[in-house]
Amino acid sequence: MVTDAVDQARLTVEGMTLAFGKRVVQRDLSFSVQPGSIFAVMGESGCGKSTVLKALIGLITPTAGRRVVAGENYDAAAPARRREIGRDFGVLFQNGALWSSLTVAENVALPLQMFTSLRPSAIDALVRVKLALVGLAPVGDRMPAELSGGMRKRAGLARALALDPGCLFLDEPSAGLDPITAKRMDDLILELRDGLGATIVIVSHELPSLFAICDDGIFLDAKTHSAIAHGAPRDLRDGCDHPTVRAFMTRALPPTEVLQENGHGGL
Amino acid sequence: MSEQPASSPVWRIEANADTYVLHLTGDWLSVALGADQGTVDAVASALVGLPGATVRTDAIGRWDTGLIVYLLQLRAAVAQGFVLDDTALSKPVARLLRLAEVGLAAPSPPMARPTVGWLARLGWVAIRGGREAIAVSDLLGSTLLRTGVGLTGRSQTRRGDVIALMRDAGAGALAIVAVVNFLVGGILAFVGAVQLERFGAEIFVANLVGVAVVREMAAIMTAIVLAGRTGGAYAAEIAAMQGAEEIDALAVLGVSIQDYLILPRVVALSTMMPLLYVYGCAFGLLGGLLVAVLTLDLSATSFVNQLIASVNADQFWIGLSKSVVFGLLIALAGCRLGLKAGRSASDVGRAATAAVVAGIVGVIAVDAVFALCANALGI
Repeated sequence: MVTDAVDQARLTVEGMTLAFGKRVVQRDLSFSVQPGSIFAVMGESGCGKSTVLKALIGLITPTAGRRVVAGENYDAAAPARRREIGRDFGVLFQNGALWSSLTVAENVALPLQMFTSLRPSAIDALVRVKLALVGLAPVGDRMPAELSGGMRKRAGLARALALDPGCLFLDEPSAGLDPITAKRMDDLILELRDGLGATIVIVSHELPSLFAICDDGIFLDAKTHSAIAHGAPRDLRDGCDHPTVRAFMTRALPPTEVLQENGHGGL
Repeated sequence: MSEQPASSPVWRIEANADTYVLHLTGDWLSVALGADQGTVDAVASALVGLPGATVRTDAIGRWDTGLIVYLLQLRAAVAQGFVLDDTALSKPVARLLRLAEVGLAAPSPPMARPTVGWLARLGWVAIRGGREAIAVSDLLGSTLLRTGVGLTGRSQTRRGDVIALMRDAGAGALAIVAVVNFLVGGILAFVGAVQLERFGAEIFVANLVGVAVVREMAAIMTAIVLAGRTGGAYAAEIAAMQGAEEIDALAVLGVSIQDYLILPRVVALSTMMPLLYVYGCAFGLLGGLLVAVLTLDLSATSFVNQLIASVNADQFWIGLSKSVVFGLLIALAGCRLGLKAGRSASDVGRAATAAVVAGIVGVIAVDAVFALCANALGI
């Protein structure tokens, strides 16, 4: 049964458990992403953020629970229908994942060539605008290998936008970028959300970005393999009492590790 | 998901006194807009003769970046001096349009790809060829020198690596080398039998199979198998390491690429190749024997006796020395092409292909050189 609250959300996860064999990555996750919001998946390195993202976009099948996309049960959908739903998802992978044998413009054009019946000139125009939106219009005919890390991420974003998706998934969009470029990326994400009205799910542990752009989120814990906090990153920073979340949000060591350090100097 | 079919884009021009308003309603999606350029042309021609117009999107349905493309095209299509006022656009559209305009206005960096004439291109080919020859000689020379150092145990080569590579290249290839050589030996016997039978000289099939297998085919077929199996793998592995900055990490540590990567591979292949050659010989001769006995009126004993009489030690040494050189060549080609590769996924594929091609062509060419030398020496 799909309830009204679930129906209104852009994306809902109910009791999702992710595991590789016997190794549980995350257990019993439940959250929903409202349309037009920017939702953060937070947590320490290795807590399974990227795995959760892969489950959301359908690359991994959860061992339990279900995913509801715009009121439709994704787990109950037929493979063909899943692919259709997936076409409304734009994904920016951690390192851009640009196809290295194609130019930047061809990377953005490929989804359009595959899934629309647009004329080549129309595709060219759309590609140019998409590259312009991410500030890469001048470098469309370069190969991915010729781009800097920041440009590669923006090119990946342009490709994620290729089919004008309703839902954007960004894996570490500003990690590894200098503060200025990271700020530009944040602004760009906000602009795209406001302009296109897309729903955005971000996997990140870049605190400034999280505080600046996210409206809601979930905090995953690596030790208990479960979600330990829900809410916007800035609210969690100001109001969450969980020691791990506090330590994360304030960039401090968790109390347990601090004690060890004072006692015998850690390791 | 919003699955209702897209309605078509609708536009109308409204005149109030001397100002004009272009209203956009309906769905303005890239799927619909891209399909016909007509809308842009129709609106542009309807606007001809007007001093300017304000675009309004208050009652617009669904829209995406297609609308932005459309607005940009419309602006480009209307005549000079016409003012297309976009200040009344709804906020999201205006934001996106501005973002696109800023992006499109960014200056293009000069492209570092000037057109080159054929003479200059020929020159570059020659220069690159020369440089490549120097690099290959350098690689060959330093590998030989480092082998000397390696034998004294003072190089950075790790014994475990060498043994693992030997196992992969040698033991791992046993099955395929056996099959290929067995079949080639058999084929030679078949072909020889048909021809020699006409002269009643069936026994000479043993000569044919023996000399061909021991002197040429075992070495060449084994080398071709290893060029495809191992040479390509070396190139792909080293090229992928290049892409993942693993080579840089070794270089920073001061680990010699020569000792750590190239020498173990060269040693592994040039020691395994002669062993595989001997093994391949055995299977080639066995294949020949089997076919000869089965198709001709020959006993196994007479075949073996004839074989022993016809194949002398010289034939064997030629084949064996060739196989060492082939191993060296395939390993060096794989390593060199892997190190030379670029850093992308397609570069890895290209490096592997190039290594296999270079290995096979190189093996055949070196074999021809051997044949010429042996001929001149009268062996």
